[in-house]
Amino acid sequence: MPERKIRVLVAKPGLDGHDRGAKVVARALRDAGMEVIYTGLRQTPEMIVESALQEDVDVVGLSILSGAHMALLPVIAQKLKEADMAHVLIVAGGIIPDEDIEKLKNAGISAVFNPGTPTQEIVNFINTHVTFD
Amino acid sequence: MSNNDISRFEKSKQEWEETTLKKTLSARPERAEKFITTSSRPIERLYTPKSFSPDEYLEKEGFPGQYPYTRGVHATGYRGKLWTMRMFAGFGTAEETNRRFKYLLEQGQTGLSIAFDMPTLYGYDTDAPQALGEFGKCGVAISSMRDMEVLLDGLPLDQVSTSMTINSPAAVIWAMFIAVADKRGIPRKKLAGTIQNDILKEYIAQKEYIFPPKPSMRLVTDTIEFGTEHLPLWNTISISGYHIREAGSTAAQELAFTLGDGIEYVKWAIERGLDVDAFAPRLSFFFNAHNDFFEEIAKYRAARRIWAKVMREQFGAKNPRSWLMRFHTQTAGASLTAQQPENNIARVAIQALAAVLGGTQSLHTNSMDEALALPSEMAVRVALRTQQIIAHESGVANTVDPLGGSYFVEQLTDEMEAEAWDYFEKVEALGGVLPAIEAGFFQQEIADAAYRYQHEIDTRQRIVVGINEYTSDEALQIPILEMDPQGYEVQVARLNEVRRTRDNRAVKSRLADLRAAAKGNKNTMPVILDAVKEYATLQEIMDVLRDVFGEYQEQAII
Repeated sequence: MPERKIRVLVAKPGLDGHDRGAKVVARALRDAGMEVIYTGLRQTPEMIVESALQEDVDVVGLSILSGAHMALLPVIAQKLKEADMAHVLIVAGGIIPDEDIEKLKNAGISAVFNPGTPTQEIVNFINTHVTFD
Repeated sequence: MSNNDISRFEKSKQEWEETTLKKTLSARPERAEKFITTSSRPIERLYTPKSFSPDEYLEKEGFPGQYPYTRGVHATGYRGKLWTMRMFAGFGTAEETNRRFKYLLEQGQTGLSIAFDMPTLYGYDTDAPQALGEFGKCGVAISSMRDMEVLLDGLPLDQVSTSMTINSPAAVIWAMFIAVADKRGIPRKKLAGTIQNDILKEYIAQKEYIFPPKPSMRLVTDTIEFGTEHLPLWNTISISGYHIREAGSTAAQELAFTLGDGIEYVKWAIERGLDVDAFAPRLSFFFNAHNDFFEEIAKYRAARRIWAKVMREQFGAKNPRSWLMRFHTQTAGASLTAQQPENNIARVAIQALAAVLGGTQSLHTNSMDEALALPSEMAVRVALRTQQIIAHESGVANTVDPLGGSYFVEQLTDEMEAEAWDYFEKVEALGGVLPAIEAGFFQQEIADAAYRYQHEIDTRQRIVVGINEYTSDEALQIPILEMDPQGYEVQVARLNEVRRTRDNRAVKSRLADLRAAAKGNKNTMPVILDAVKEYATLQEIMDVLRDVFGEYQEQAII
């Protein structure tokens, strides 16, 4: 187990306002002992990277249901790297077709959780894959 | 029942419990200690008549087509006219969506329902930086009246009704629709349809707001006023519980928050000086149909009864058309699973049946693939056929309100109604709907219910087929909709052409008129109409309003 609490930024990139999943996951991570910061809606890649830096998080969780994931998620991963946050674990959730998941993984998104994923699976993934800078 | 009858009944029930029931339970205990609905409501083993008197029947249920409309708004139910089969569609360019509408009409659909993409819903043109990656993903992109002309090309606007799911920019998109009809020479009095235009549920649930609540409510009231005067067949608002439910609320919360919003709109319109009986008949509603069959049916019946009481008793409406609640229903998107998507056909059928037994006026059935992507043509056809099977094969449309008098359904209806009144009181205690939104009351109630639901699935108190039971690792075999890869270029080229060829001086002048109207208290609809007719773009118009009204930021709650 990690020696300190895992810090997670849950963010909603893009325009879609469907925040049910983001909120449920944020609460599940908090109940699992993590420190969770939720950005709220309509975050640009720049805003998300800025929040990740400010909050000094270990994990960034991105929730998107609008279908704009291919345009936005790789940009966020790239900008995190450029901001010296390459160690940050990036995970995503939403309505994301299988064929896009591989591409997102190559772009630096470590895991994509589709609808129906038990929250415990997300908790376990973060616990086993997080690294502390 | 008389007192004598009641004691005889109670005695028989007790005997049954001590003999037949006891024996059965000792031979086979029940499957669970507690049975709950989709909304976590506990359900009793058996419902029996609590009482029956003709007076009580007339007060609570009455006859269909009469106050309080518990049994439906038409005296003959679906024996006169079936519900409108209205499939929500929209993706990519106006050309692609126009083709999908023509396909649906050929397949026997009876009304149109337009989905707009995210940039349109937020009042951005397709090429705005904020729109990056969002073009055509969740609906069709409409940036100017030119797009609307393409979208509606060849569609019989004077024969089918058109519903448009648009909220913050509702006035502008509606103006574009009216402008196209004007250009084609169709009288405004003949235009039938609905704009969703329900901004309150955006703050509460779907979050597609732009302006702060008060100027948003002013715009909604402007459209209600304009429609009341000029478009007598148009539903100026579709007060929506659908999104509240999709965000995770219970059925009772969906019912209470939606009707609470409805009451708020009525108050604003009356405040504007409109006669309640002039506008109330054009208020329409929109509900979700989730999995829990009887709970959903009870919700619709309770909704009609509450609305009738509110309109007659609270607002003093005299016209029976003002008392009756008409609503559209959509099956629950959030109930669909990405796993084993074919199973969703069965879920949708059950949900659609509940909507019909609840007396819906129109219905959208979701497609099996919607937890994965936008629906393919095949998936949409199966969903539409599901409605046609219910209409023509199941026999449920043969009699009015077939479940009326079911001990279970009547009791659930009463319970739902009581819960709604409790919520109305809570909201009133917070100072009304707008203060309750600003305090995050609805948002917290919904987030709590959504979390509880997920927790019940995670801990297997709730079984979802294909998710936490009967799972399968078989690969998906489902065709996914492919959009025109050149769509974005087509759309942006058209937008640039519009900007190049229109009378830019006239656009500027109309936008200045709009600014003046927005700053003052004149109705904004006529000036918005003038602006769209000069091909001012959606974003140009919305930017003027953003400038005057400001933008809203919510306090995020988890």
